[in-house]
Amino acid sequence: MTDIVLRTENLTASYDEHIVVKNVNLSIPRNSITAIMGPSGCGKTTLIRCFNRMHELSPKAKVEGKVILIEKNHQIEEIDVYSIDPMLVRRKIGMVFQKPNPFPTMSIYENVIAGYILNGIKLKKSEADEIVEETLKKVSLWDEVKDRLHKKGTFLSGGQQQRLCIARALAMKPDIILLDEPTSALDPVATLKIEELLEQLKDTVTIVIVTHNVGQAGRISDYVAFMYLGELIEYGPTDVVFTRPRHEKTEEFLSGKIG
Amino acid sequence: MASRFTRKLALNKDKIFNLVLSFFAVLLIFLGVGFFLSLFNASYLAFKKFGIGFFAGKNWDPVQEEFGALPFIYGTILTSFIALGISFPFSIAISIVLGEYFQKGFFAEILRYLTELIAGVPSVVLGFWGLFFLVPLVREIEIALNVPPYGVGILTASIILAFMILPYSASIGKDAMRLVPNELKEAAYALGATRWEVIKKVMIPYARSGIIAGIILSLGRALGETMAVTMVIGNYHGIPESIFSPGNTIASVIANEFTEATGEVYLSSLMYLGLALFIITTVVNLIGRFILKKLQH
Amino acid sequence: MKSYHFRILKSKIISVFLTLFAILSTVPFLLVLYFIIKNGISVINWEFLTSLPKPVGEPGGGILNAIVGTTILIIIALILAVPFGIFTGVFLAEKGDSKIAFLSRLVVEILQGVPSIVVGIIVYLWIVKPMGHFSALSGGVALGIMMLPVVIKSTEEILKLIPREIKEASLALGVPYYKTILKVVIPAGFSGILTGILAGTARIAGETAPLLFTAFGNPFLNFNILKPISAMPLLIFNYAVSPYEEWWAKAWGASCILVVFVLTLNIITRLISKR
Ligand SMILES: Nc1ncnc2c1ncn2[C@@H]1O[C@H](COP(=O)(O)OP(=O)(O)OP(=O)(O)O)[C@@H](O)[C@H]1O
Ligand SMILES: [Mg+2]
Repeated sequence: MTDIVLRTENLTASYDEHIVVKNVNLSIPRNSITAIMGPSGCGKTTLIRCFNRMHELSPKAKVEGKVILIEKNHQIEEIDVYSIDPMLVRRKIGMVFQKPNPFPTMSIYENVIAGYILNGIKLKKSEADEIVEETLKKVSLWDEVKDRLHKKGTFLSGGQQQRLCIARALAMKPDIILLDEPTSALDPVATLKIEELLEQLKDTVTIVIVTHNVGQAGRISDYVAFMYLGELIEYGPTDVVFTRPRHEKTEEFLSGKIG
Repeated sequence: MASRFTRKLALNKDKIFNLVLSFFAVLLIFLGVGFFLSLFNASYLAFKKFGIGFFAGKNWDPVQEEFGALPFIYGTILTSFIALGISFPFSIAISIVLGEYFQKGFFAEILRYLTELIAGVPSVVLGFWGLFFLVPLVREIEIALNVPPYGVGILTASIILAFMILPYSASIGKDAMRLVPNELKEAAYALGATRWEVIKKVMIPYARSGIIAGIILSLGRALGETMAVTMVIGNYHGIPESIFSPGNTIASVIANEFTEATGEVYLSSLMYLGLALFIITTVVNLIGRFILKKLQH
Repeated sequence: MKSYHFRILKSKIISVFLTLFAILSTVPFLLVLYFIIKNGISVINWEFLTSLPKPVGEPGGGILNAIVGTTILIIIALILAVPFGIFTGVFLAEKGDSKIAFLSRLVVEILQGVPSIVVGIIVYLWIVKPMGHFSALSGGVALGIMMLPVVIKSTEEILKLIPREIKEASLALGVPYYKTILKVVIPAGFSGILTGILAGTARIAGETAPLLFTAFGNPFLNFNILKPISAMPLLIFNYAVSPYEEWWAKAWGASCILVVFVLTLNIITRLISKR
């Protein structure tokens, strides 16, 4: 049996009685990249926002079913995400958004450790320095910014900003990071850099990425989930789904007929 | 488990924070309601004694404790509307110049600053200047016209008011002119219209409700303006016979007499005036803002 | 039908005429500025700024009481209006479609247009009458009420412009809502909020009417907020309507200082909000 890090059980999500995620059962393997695909408006964003309890921040949003996070420290612990503090969940499951959004008032340095600063977690200077350097190295940004760590993060290019946002999520040492179309606002070169980065990162963290781009999913993901009208209609290892899709909608999507 | 504890704490703080936010918003509402109730309560004595007839009474006689507000209502309306009349052509000119001829650039910036900054000059300073510059000037005119040369009076107050309200109507008018879609103007140019014809036949009709809103909001200002008016209106209790006579406005009477008012009925009558002023300006303002808001959609 | 040339000519003439009219409307402001500077600047010297008024007839004396008074009144107003205004502004930006928000906005609009003399009456009723005497505190409250809508509006407006993503980024890091607002959203809107505070200060610094029956004025130096206090605009008013030429000179000097202060605030506000 594969090592699962997150599992949903009959997950259903709605906005104001309008159901947009229907009865999803999905198990995400640890230290892998899972791509979530599907046509626009099928509920991809909503699904991953249920994982870290961001969905409930929208007005009139509702969630039913379960999301289980499985932590493996000394022993295995199953955590029902909806029974603990959402703040805690969000520290364990990080998120990166479509548009790069570094904090405009913070320097690059502060942005990396923003999770600590804002949560009021005190770090010694040496600890903070270490986290910043280590994390920026992980996202291959260190060499580019090490001389201007105390400049504002908003002066970086879009791709650099997005890597900074990934660093910000990683610095909290989450079990999973969720990325919602992280490259859709970036140029091809910056996109490629992020893709390479994600592949390196999967040894330390599980990655769930929403993407519209079939090529991207094919290049980086180990598993792919295909959603249609709020339902999960196909899920499996990427090479299998891509070569032998079982569902006709998946095939149409992969061949570019819908999307 | 530690997490349980932090969870409770964070949630509680969020709740407290939300409560604090709502508290201030509710306090603000109470402030507004309190304004009205306090004024109403304080003017109740005068209301009981004079009723609505208060506003038709021609006499304001603290010695006899007889109070009628008509001269001040008249003075307020007269000064405000004359001020509107004086400022209107200038306001339209500025709106057109800044909203069409010169939308950007050095000249536009300078002109905008110079027309708007007078709104920042404290009213008491304008009144002071009025006393020493405008009053002698008006006196000259009055001598030339062979009317009693008071210098102070309705006209002088109206002129000062016109200066004070011009920036409001001009700035709103300018914004309204700038909102006219380019396609509309170009369509008219394409039909061979000259620039003035485009302004007159396309822009002004399109921007009309914005211009009107600007005028209404500046009327709201004029009705309640106190210090400058108090200093140059002459503080005469009767009904002014002409625009050259001294007079009083609701605001100027309150400013002049409030601290000297002896006797409950006197004070209450001043409060009654305050209540009336509050209601009138509020209604005028809300109408102006309502029109503006409808424009923005 | 009139010829095309004639219509073009007419259009040109009107544009010249309108531009001249617009330029003409700046004359009052320039005149006021000229008058104040011409009459005021020669009065201002060190003694004028640092000493108390002397009785009519004695040479010298200054307006220290008014400068201190206006400073204290502005500080009281800021202490009241800034937290109140920012929190209410946050409420309106965050919970903008609730019933409470609708009513609060209505009150903000009413306060924006309420004549300052009415604010004076209200504060007289609320504070001066129960206390039994005029006070700096009541004057500060009156000015704070005048300032409030400006701070609320500018806070609400700037916070609405801050991208939702910034707030979500913070929440997604597990930062509680209240910390997200206090440490991320408000700092991101800082320049806008500051503009509002400066604009509000400019609005109240020259207000006289709300002080007539609250702060009242005081020829002596006073630091006790429970006692009557002088203020620049009050002093200008009292001196301007007095029959003494020396007092008029003092009033010109005070006007000059006040106008420079208020106009500087206005210009700074415009420069910040333009960026
Ligand atoms: N805040 C909201 N309130 C109400 N309905 C919403 C909200 N956000 C999304 N929806 C609706 O929920 C459905 C799913 O939206 P979602 O954003 O999850 O789709 P998506 O698959 O991420 O689409 P895209 O590829 O365009 O990002 C859509 O029909 C959308 O209109
Ligand atoms: Mg989406």
